Amino acid sequence: MSSTFDTVANIIAETCDIPRENIKPESHAIDDLGIDSLDFLDIAFAIDKAFAIKLPLEKWTQEVNDGAATTEQYFVLKNLCARIDDLVAAKGAVST
Amino acid sequence: MQLEYFQLIDRIVELDLTDRTIRSEAKVPLTSTIFEGHFPGHPLMPGVLLIETMAQTAGWLVIAATRFQRMPFLAAVKEAKLRTFVTPGQLLSVSAELVHEGSGYAMTAARIAVDGKPVCNAEITFKVTDFPNAEFRARMQEWGERLQIPIEARANG
Repeated sequence: MSSTFDTVANIIAETCDIPRENIKPESHAIDDLGIDSLDFLDIAFAIDKAFAIKLPLEKWTQEVNDGAATTEQYFVLKNLCARIDDLVAAKGAVST
Repeated sequence: MQLEYFQLIDRIVELDLTDRTIRSEAKVPLTSTIFEGHFPGHPLMPGVLLIETMAQTAGWLVIAATRFQRMPFLAAVKEAKLRTFVTPGQLLSVSAELVHEGSGYAMTAARIAVDGKPVCNAEITFKVTDFPNAEFRARMQEWGERLQIPIEARANG
């Protein structure tokens, strides 16, 4: 079974035509990979489907805009993957 | 279809909020200045307006799915295929489905048929936000009522 990071990196590589080898856990989706908000919708869609979750993009964006969070917390890939794992775990907890 | 107001569908004829599908009808007018230029002596409904017709239908589905709480704005059109010409006077049957309702965005698929034959289709992405103000929301509700959007889709339905 592939890791959350592998799944996310493959989604980004395929969706944004970015060489897979350039996508690292430390990569910032916006600052390092140059992914804009519109392209990120396609990534969010693919992540939502792959993990059967709903990334709370609006909440995250609001927190960043309000200064309550940094983009690094959500858009550095290792942090994004940790959030995905949390959402998957929370979903499992609800359904059991 | 009121081309001059960019209001491209005439009425919503089916809405299923369980299956998240919608169907609208739109009659292409017999005359319009658009047809004088597109093209002289050979009037054709512009492909971009067919895409907009699909986007408006899919957009109403997003509005209905949120019970008029959220407003979709066109963000991306993918895999748009214009399969055959559309001419003045034709009745368009426009269908859309809500493929995914994400956080702040929606993915839809839409298509148009004339006399049961496929005319065009596209995957349409919307950014979905709160209504910028109450007046805008009220105007959209009025417009929805003119389109005969089913009562269960309305804010107070």
